[in-house]
Amino acid sequence: MIEIENVRKSFGQLEVLKGVSLAVDRGEVVSVIGGSGSGKSTLLMCINGLEPIDSGRILVDGVEVHARSTDLNKLRRKIGIVFQQWNAFPHLTVLENTTLALRKVLGKSRAEADAIAIKQLEHVGLQDKLKVFPGKLSGGQQQRMAIARALAMSPSYMLFDEVTSALDPQLVGEVLDTMRLLADEGMTMIVVTHEMGFAREVSNRVAFFKDGLIHEIGTPKQIFEQPQRPETAEFLGSVL
Amino acid sequence: MLDTALSLNDLRFLMLGAGWTLLITAISVTAGTLLGVLFGVARAQTPVWVSLPIGFVLDIFRSVPLLIQLVLFNSFIPILGLRATPFSVSCLVLALYTSAYCSEIVRGGVAAVPQTTRRAARSLGMTWGQDMVEIVFPLALRVMFPSWIGLTLGVMKDTALVAWIGVIELLKSSQILITRMPSEPLFILGIAGLIYFLISFPISRLGARLERKWREND
Ligand SMILES: Nc1ncnc2c1ncn2[C@@H]1O[C@H](COP(=O)(O)OP(=O)(O)O)[C@@H](O)[C@H]1O
Ligand SMILES: [Mg+2]
Repeated sequence: MIEIENVRKSFGQLEVLKGVSLAVDRGEVVSVIGGSGSGKSTLLMCINGLEPIDSGRILVDGVEVHARSTDLNKLRRKIGIVFQQWNAFPHLTVLENTTLALRKVLGKSRAEADAIAIKQLEHVGLQDKLKVFPGKLSGGQQQRMAIARALAMSPSYMLFDEVTSALDPQLVGEVLDTMRLLADEGMTMIVVTHEMGFAREVSNRVAFFKDGLIHEIGTPKQIFEQPQRPETAEFLGSVL
Repeated sequence: MLDTALSLNDLRFLMLGAGWTLLITAISVTAGTLLGVLFGVARAQTPVWVSLPIGFVLDIFRSVPLLIQLVLFNSFIPILGLRATPFSVSCLVLALYTSAYCSEIVRGGVAAVPQTTRRAARSLGMTWGQDMVEIVFPLALRVMFPSWIGLTLGVMKDTALVAWIGVIELLKSSQILITRMPSEPLFILGIAGLIYFLISFPISRLGARLERKWREND
């Protein structure tokens, strides 16, 4: 379970998170929607400790992410994250991209790592691209590789940060399908997205984020059909 | 043209000078590169109160002409009560000089690796060191390599300056031959130039080949 409790964070003078609270249960899919610059990416990076926070706390399976005693490198093994772009290690093949952390972080042998990686790459439909360098892949294939690479670590949680925003429209579908599959398999996911269709169909809950705060959270039905806050209605009006 | 007073012995003398040139280059480039990586990473990855002083000292090595550094070190080391041959002084000064330039190359190379790529590595649970070794260095290498080859070739030519403190390397040995045979300066310098070229050429070719190989993957 991921518990975010009243988290605040500033970059210099700019307060980006202004007391965010959110709890995500095992097996839940929570979509986070909202305008750009509202702090969504920052929130995801706080969850796996890539960014420090100023106050509040974040617990992952009861472990406080920003506590001094927490081994972040260990904690991150159970939190997969896929970013908007530049996820690939361009000097490594698709297979090497996927096995690197298996071997270096989890200490798996090359054979073990290859077996796990190939299974995950098949899962996202990249079994023909094992020896290919990422520069030769389409954006959609690169994102699917990034998903497979994260899944290879057998994480308990997956965080997605606008993974389709940098893609050509015709490539969005293949990545969303992969994520849908993952949700069906019961993965716990926090998905920052502009894809309202995805948020509506796949998530258990949708959170509307604005100016560093969750203004409203509820089932897709509640958020998309009966938004309680005028800001939510206004945002949905602008994107739908 | 081949009717020359230059004997086989003289040629051997030139080759010996070339040997010193190569040896000083190899030692100072190796040591300078290792130090340069250390300083460059420190400059790119440490807080300002560490990186600024390092940068300042390295700036001195980069801005004072090499000849002055050689002469100063050569005079001051004995004053400090240390014993050093001109050869070791040459290697020391050239290594520091190389490290100063190399640190800038490394700093630029490390900074050229996108933060997002490094985040991706850290988010998989890789440590700072693993990120450096597995991601940052291999990627930075592609950016740094052409400048590093340039630096190596430059240092190789700069070794000519160590003649000033008494090391008989390639240029100095050709000068000695010319003093002995004042009628042959062009021929002797021509041979010396050819030797410099024969040392440089494989290095720059190797550089070009590696670059081409890396480009194929992008
Ligand atoms: N590393 C950083 N340093 C300074 N400001 C940042 C940094 N990262 C993000 N910001 C700022 O924080 C705000 C929120 O950014 P972000 O979390 O990326 O928003 P979103 O993902 O919702 O678009 C933006 O104004 C952005 O400019
Ligand atoms: Mg963002």
